[in-house]
Amino acid sequence: MIQTVFKGSRRYGYWILFLLAIIAVAFGCYLYQFKEGLLITGMNRDVSWGFYIAQFTYLVGIAASGVMVVLPCYLHNYKAFARITVFGEFLAIAAVMMCLLFIFVDIGKPVRMLNVLFYPTPHSILFWDMVVLNVYMLLNIFIGWNVLSAERKGVHYPNWVKVLIYISIPWAFSIHTVTAFIYAGLPGRPYWLTAIMAARFLSSAFCSGPALLILLCLIIRKVTNFDPGKEQIRTLGSIVAYAMLLNVFFFLLELFTAFYSHIPEHMRPLIFLFKGLEGHGRLAPWMWTATIFAFISLVLLVVPQTRRNEDTLLVACISVIIATWIDKGLGLVIGGFTPNPFGGITDYWPTKPEVMISIGVYATGFLVLTLLYKMAVSVKEEVGA
Amino acid sequence: MDVNRREFLKIAGLSTLFGVGVNSVFQLLAPGELEASLSPLKKDRKIQWAIAVDMKKVDDRMLDKAVEACHRYHNVPKIPGHKGLKWIWKEDFEHSFPEQENSYVNEEIEKMHFPLLCNHCDNPPCCRVCPTKATFKREDGIVMMDWHRCIGCRFCMAACPYGSRSFNWGDPRRVMTDEELKKLNPDFPTNMEFPTRTKGVVEKCTFCYDRIDKGKRPICVEVANKIKEQAFIFGNILDPESDIRTVLKERFALRRKPELGTGTNIYYLI
Repeated sequence: MIQTVFKGSRRYGYWILFLLAIIAVAFGCYLYQFKEGLLITGMNRDVSWGFYIAQFTYLVGIAASGVMVVLPCYLHNYKAFARITVFGEFLAIAAVMMCLLFIFVDIGKPVRMLNVLFYPTPHSILFWDMVVLNVYMLLNIFIGWNVLSAERKGVHYPNWVKVLIYISIPWAFSIHTVTAFIYAGLPGRPYWLTAIMAARFLSSAFCSGPALLILLCLIIRKVTNFDPGKEQIRTLGSIVAYAMLLNVFFFLLELFTAFYSHIPEHMRPLIFLFKGLEGHGRLAPWMWTATIFAFISLVLLVVPQTRRNEDTLLVACISVIIATWIDKGLGLVIGGFTPNPFGGITDYWPTKPEVMISIGVYATGFLVLTLLYKMAVSVKEEVGA
Repeated sequence: MDVNRREFLKIAGLSTLFGVGVNSVFQLLAPGELEASLSPLKKDRKIQWAIAVDMKKVDDRMLDKAVEACHRYHNVPKIPGHKGLKWIWKEDFEHSFPEQENSYVNEEIEKMHFPLLCNHCDNPPCCRVCPTKATFKREDGIVMMDWHRCIGCRFCMAACPYGSRSFNWGDPRRVMTDEELKKLNPDFPTNMEFPTRTKGVVEKCTFCYDRIDKGKRPICVEVANKIKEQAFIFGNILDPESDIRTVLKERFALRRKPELGTGTNIYYLI
C-alpha cells in the first residue's frame, strides 16, 4: 500500500513540497532554539508553559475524537461509518504525532527525554500521559493499517484486530482524561483546579475533531474520486452539534461557579481572559472572537436546515474549530498561569520563532496526514467503494 | 452476588497473580523504583529542616544581604526581567500572602518585606508531578533537585503554588559573555566550590544541603543572624526541644497558602 503515496497528481506533489518547505524553515528555527534555549520563546518564570503545550492539549483532543467514528461503527454497528473509520484513525495518528512533537520542542533538555522511560514515575501524570498517548498511536497504526489492507484484499480483517478496536475505544477517552489531569490536579492554579476539566476537554475534543474530519471529507470529495458520503457527513454534523452544545454548557458551568460563589481567585483568571486585569488585556479580543464563533456555530448546528446543508455545515465546522482552538490553544494555558502565585500579572505572547516552530509541527502533522489519507483514498478508489 | 468457593478461589488466584505480576515487573525493570517513587508520601521522617523568620527583627537591608549571599554562594546570575532566576527574594505582604487580602491591614505589616524561598513542603506538589524524580524529598525533608536528570518539562513550575522555581531559559553562563549581563555579573561564577547550571533545567533553593551535610546552617540563616541574633531561626521542626519549636509555641506565625495542604516549612513570626 505504501507505494501509493509516491505517485499522484501534480497538485498532490506541490502540496507535499509546500509542506516540506515549511518544515525546513521551522526546523531551522528549532535549531536556533536548540542552541539558544527556550529563551527565544515568550515564556517566562510566571507563564512557564505557553503556545507549545497549548497546541499539544488541543491536538490530544483531535486525536481522541477519532473514537467518534469508531464507536458508532463498532459498538452500534452503524455501517455507514465503516466507509470513513480509517480516516478517523489516520487523523488520530497524525494528531498524536503532533502532540509528541509539541512536547519535544517544549522541553528544555530534549537529549534527556528518555529519562522519562529510564526512571518511570507512576505518581507523575506526565508519565501516564506518555504511556496512553504512545499506546493510542500504536493502536491506531495497527488497526488502521490492518483494516485498510484487508479492505484492499477484499477480505474481512483478522479477529485480533477487533480486540484492538474494542481496546482503542475507552483508550481514546483515557488520553484526553489523563491530559486534563495534568492540569486539574495542581494546587494553586484555580482556573485549572476544576473537577469538570476532563469532561470539558472531552466535549471540546468531540466537537473540534469531527468538525475537522468533516472538512477533510469535503476536501477528499473535491480532490479525489472517492466520496466519503452524504450520510456520513450528516451524522458527523449531528455529533459535532451535540458535542459543541455540551462544550458550551460545561463552560457556562465554570462561569456560574466562579461568579456566583464570587471567590476572587476563581473569578480573576476569567476576568483576565475576557476583559483584562490591571491593564493586561491582550487575550480579551481573542476570547470574544471565540465566543462569537461559538455562538455562530451553535445557531448553524442546532437549526436542522443549516446543519443538513453542507455549505452552512462547513461554515459551522470552521466556526467550531476557531472557537475551540482559541479556548484550548490560547486561553486555557495562559489563563491558568494568570494571575501568578503572587496575585500579579506577567504578560505572555508567543514570539515569531515560537510560532514558526509550531507551524512546522502542524506542517509535519499535515504531511503525515496527507500521506496516510493518500494511501487510504488510493485503496478506496482501487476497490471502487 | 452468588460466589461459590471455586469461583472465589479463581478470582483470588487471578488477582494475586496480577498483583504479584505488576510488582515483579517493576522489580525486574526498575529495582527499588516503586518504593522510591512513593517516598514523597512517607510521613515517618525524623528530621524536617525548617526556618522561622522573625519579622520583628528583619529589615530590608538584612534581606538584601541574605539574598545576595545566597545567590553568590549558589552562582545564581542576575538576569533582569521575567526570565531571571531567584532562589530567595523579598516581597511585600500583599504579594506574599495574596489570600490574606485586607484593605485595612496594619500599617507596619503593610510596609514589611518578607523573604520568600522554597518552602520544602511536607507534601510537595513538585515532587509528585516530576516525571523523572529529578526533584525529590530527602530523608531530612529537603526538597532537592538533580540538575543532571531534569529534562526541563517545567511541570514542577506549574505545580508549585509558591513561584519558588526558576528555569534556565538560556545558558546561565552567557552572563560571562553577554555585554549587558556582564555588567550585572562582573565576577560570575562567584563560588568555584558550587556547580553552575546549564540551559534547560529547573532550579531552586536547596536549603544549602551541602552546608547542612557539613553541620552548618543555610547561608541565608547565617548572614541574617550575623546582622541580628536569631532573626532566622533554623532547626529540626520534628524535634520538640528545638529552638524553632520553642519559638513557635510562644509566637504567632503565618505560613504561605496553608489551605493547599502542602505543609510548608517556612514560618513568618509576626
